[in-house]
Amino acid sequence: MSEFVYLYRGGRRPESPAEGERQMQRWSTWLQDLASKGHIKDRGQPLEREGKVVRAKGAITDGPYPESKDLVGGYTLIEAKDLAQAAELAGACPIFESDGLVEVRPVMQM
Amino acid sequence: MELGERLFRHESGRIVAVLTRIFGLDNLAIAEDVLQDTFCRALEVWRLRGVPQNPSAWLMTAAKNRAIDVLRRERTARRLVPELTQLLESEWTMVPTVNAFFSTETIKDDQLRMMFSCCDPLLSEKAQVALTLNLLCGFTAGEIASSFLSKRSAIEKLVERAKKVLSTSKKLFDLADKELPERLSGVHRVLYLLFNEGYHGASAQKAVRAELCREAMRLAELLLHNPIVSTPASSALCALMYLNAARLPARVDGDGELISLEHQNRSLWDARLIAKGNDFLNRSASGSELSAYHIEAAIAAVHSKSARAEDTDWARIVWLYDTLMKIRPSPVVALNRAIAIAQKDGPEFGIAEIQAIAQSDRLASYPFLPAALAELELRAGQKESAREHFEAAVALARNPMERRFLELRVEAARN
Repeated sequence: MSEFVYLYRGGRRPESPAEGERQMQRWSTWLQDLASKGHIKDRGQPLEREGKVVRAKGAITDGPYPESKDLVGGYTLIEAKDLAQAAELAGACPIFESDGLVEVRPVMQM
Repeated sequence: MELGERLFRHESGRIVAVLTRIFGLDNLAIAEDVLQDTFCRALEVWRLRGVPQNPSAWLMTAAKNRAIDVLRRERTARRLVPELTQLLESEWTMVPTVNAFFSTETIKDDQLRMMFSCCDPLLSEKAQVALTLNLLCGFTAGEIASSFLSKRSAIEKLVERAKKVLSTSKKLFDLADKELPERLSGVHRVLYLLFNEGYHGASAQKAVRAELCREAMRLAELLLHNPIVSTPASSALCALMYLNAARLPARVDGDGELISLEHQNRSLWDARLIAKGNDFLNRSASGSELSAYHIEAAIAAVHSKSARAEDTDWARIVWLYDTLMKIRPSPVVALNRAIAIAQKDGPEFGIAEIQAIAQSDRLASYPFLPAALAELELRAGQKESAREHFEAAVALARNPMERRFLELRVEAARN
């Protein structure tokens, strides 16, 4: 088994409370399914939109403010056989229903 | 913990009410933004971390923090509710003031006050119902439109215009206001309409209809938590909703077809709702006031007591309809009275009553007038005219469910 990070990028806001609840149910089902098959190393954390960008010579600015469709909204640590399987497992993520995407990145090994 | 059914919806009514108390009715848009942010935040955190132990408390705290952020940013730019301005301007008093607004007890009153604000006599009844669904029940314009089989754009306009009217009153309706009695009967009316929309309404989806009934019941019960508005009529309204809602599980069969009261499987009636309905009915008898809601609840109570259709105390029901005709006469009440008379004295007496009502053209488009006539004619052995009247009823059906129900009756009259 190798480790991978899912980076959740973008995604549109739900149009109604009811839609928000449905989205949440689908996330919960999806993550539970992955967990029951032993693929979840760590459910990860959601990330705030706003933060700071620190550059050389102590230059600190607000940011990163990329296009919201690219913004990382959270991550999960995954265990899978290989990159192909990790990508396939991400295929059922509910984020696609709200026009977001999942970036799958292998954790670098020795 | 799993996400409770309709949690966001119910919380949305509570959160908007508190926020409006803080920001004022003329800043409803800010309250709605804060609400939207709160839900999005919950969605982003909960989808990864799971739903917290007490999701309502989580949402309330998140909304409160967001409100404080907005107040810090906006207080110089916006004119807030006058008597709060001073408290909210100083950093020292703002946080405790906002905290106090988010305490559980005041939230119930804020929802009540929001309800009374939505039932502004300047608005049409339809606008009042739509606004109540939107602000207190968290329904979007699209969801309201599908419950009422209206166009989404039309409901959007209706709600938007209604909110403009609302904003002219700046702050939430004060329950100590001298207009209270008038407003209270308006609130009763809106909740009654909301319940009936669910019970008899246009939407073919069983789930949508049940949800409208549930929302009406939830809001009506809120009235009983405040001594000022917990009048006998408020209790009677709750009683009539609970006693009628108890029959919902038996009202539609597995194929989604309507089943008339007479043919319902009464063992499916919800005993818990009946018991609660009867409690409300007892409570409603505490004063001298006798509202139409009292009578309608009493009629539903008679049905709920009858284990079989043939056990029904029709004499009492006729007497109750006689009383209702005195308090709030309407062609529909007259029709129901005629049906009760037919049950008590025989179909030919009912037929005569209905023919007398049929003179008035106010019921001309009401499918259950010819349908009731046909039903009695069938019972009196007049098959030919029964069939004709059922066919006339089919032509007037207002939704697919009614149409199928009436078409089956046409078939029955043919055989």
